[in-house]
Amino acid sequence: MTVANAPVLVSDAAESSTRRHSPSGPATRRPLRGLVKYLGLTPFAVYVILFLAIPTTIAVVSGFFTDDGAFTFDNVLGLFAPNVLATFGSSFWVSAVTAIVGAVVGALVCYALLGTRADGPLRSFIDSASSVLAQFGGVMLAFAFIAAIGSQGLITLLLKDQFGIDIFANGVWLYQVQGLLPVYIYFQVPLMIITFMPALSGLKLQWAEANATLGGTRFTYWTKIAFPVLAPSFFGSLLLLFANAFSSYATAAALISQGAQIVPLQIRAALVSETVLGRENMAGALALGMVIVMVVVMWGYSVLQNRTSRWQK
Amino acid sequence: MSRPGASDNSVAVRMGTEPSRTVRWIILGVVGLVFCIPIVAMLLFSFKAGLAGGLTLDHWAGLFDEDAARTYRNLFTGIGNSLLLAVVTVGIVLVVLLPTMILVHLQFPKLQRTLEFICIIPITVPAIVLVVGLAPVYSIVVRIAGGSVWTLAFAYGITVLPYAYRAIQSNLDAVDVVTLSEAGRTLSANWGRILWFVLLPNLKRGVLAASFISVAVVLGEFTIASLLNRTNLQTALLQVSQSDPYVAVIFALLALAFAFILLISIGRIGRTRTGTSS
Repeated sequence: MTVANAPVLVSDAAESSTRRHSPSGPATRRPLRGLVKYLGLTPFAVYVILFLAIPTTIAVVSGFFTDDGAFTFDNVLGLFAPNVLATFGSSFWVSAVTAIVGAVVGALVCYALLGTRADGPLRSFIDSASSVLAQFGGVMLAFAFIAAIGSQGLITLLLKDQFGIDIFANGVWLYQVQGLLPVYIYFQVPLMIITFMPALSGLKLQWAEANATLGGTRFTYWTKIAFPVLAPSFFGSLLLLFANAFSSYATAAALISQGAQIVPLQIRAALVSETVLGRENMAGALALGMVIVMVVVMWGYSVLQNRTSRWQK
Repeated sequence: MSRPGASDNSVAVRMGTEPSRTVRWIILGVVGLVFCIPIVAMLLFSFKAGLAGGLTLDHWAGLFDEDAARTYRNLFTGIGNSLLLAVVTVGIVLVVLLPTMILVHLQFPKLQRTLEFICIIPITVPAIVLVVGLAPVYSIVVRIAGGSVWTLAFAYGITVLPYAYRAIQSNLDAVDVVTLSEAGRTLSANWGRILWFVLLPNLKRGVLAASFISVAVVLGEFTIASLLNRTNLQTALLQVSQSDPYVAVIFALLALAFAFILLISIGRIGRTRTGTSS
């Protein structure tokens, strides 16, 4: 922790020392003083309170109330109903599988990019393509996969006509939870490339030279040096990918029009019908459950991220 | 530039820190190919003549039909709404977020951490959660500002906060804003002049990147619009896809190409800037 905070402390110290030696003296040093200065913060504060703090609070707290405003644990206990637990289970499953596959494939691509010039055309193309594809999730991505592996899709027909393989022999799984796997992986890999590349390019050639000088092999380089250095960043990115899949709604909504197989779709059902499990404000309880998972995952991410920053620069 | 052989550093390859040329192109080739499939499938689909097969330009030509404006009215409304929302959202970023970030950077260095924390909250509170709480908020917004679609930009301003923040902050960190504005003060410029003539030109790169990424995010937004029953590009696309999937796919391709151009230009802005300054 102290190491991670060091640069901040140093820059603070530097700042205060320049202030002290400022030639203009204390009277004119801070031209915006008192209330005026704080007034400048109000537009942002008001905006964030109205459209971030209040909605988040309503979303998280409304699960504890009935429509009449009476306090109840009913909705929150509803989270432990078997079918709701099952949706959380599927959400976990989809997020974990796509995060792991996305992280491994993304890390491979990052590895393949080592040794290319950071400002060269290949890297900047892959950077831009990754930012587009990481944002690509949603209705358009669903279209793309229906066109590719839908029941009349390009790949489906190709496999069937040329190789006699029917990928939907056991039913059309694209519009079920399993169908989300390839689709989510499509935006997970680019996100991994964006988040993991800085850590991987932070590996220094000198470390490999030191390893070679001390009689180490390629194997010891990767297991004793590169892996320990990269591990926090890798697992941090993995958690980010998990959170990304867990909170993703649009793609699933476009693919799965009926039912509530994962948590975001259950929230949709609760918002639209208002009576999931015969409970009011169930959407609030589900939102609370989701926020708890997200807070835990993102907390883990920031802890790992802090460890990562020790090795960069 | 100084190391012409850097792209094929044989020492690094031998020591295992970099992949060899063959390994690199196998990985990039396979992953690239797999990632091209859905896009190519979309492209081919837009030329497909019904289930029987065969290729046709009809679906693309249909867009320029005389009655296209009527047939796809909903879609064009969605596009119009999304563009309007993109403009208003960028406005919120420039008028609300940017001045606050500069102010905090100059006058409240201790609030830096707090501001960063606030700006990344929307990652932890995803749109599908936010929308649960936005529904009651918007029932009040509609009463005050009316039900017009642009009000949705208030919610989108929150959605783009993490992206816009990161873009502007990396620029703020790279430029010595404190010294610049103190220099301006010493030369007796007022804050308005410093902001306009000194700070903004230096922050142009971050501001442009923040605007572009905001536009890209807004054009792709579905969750909030759909669950608050508003029409934007994405909800209209989903609706059109039920009656005319070809047109839906064509517009999805166009939107994708547009987003790609936007994000490529973010990269360009970054590079030309570093190129000229060094």
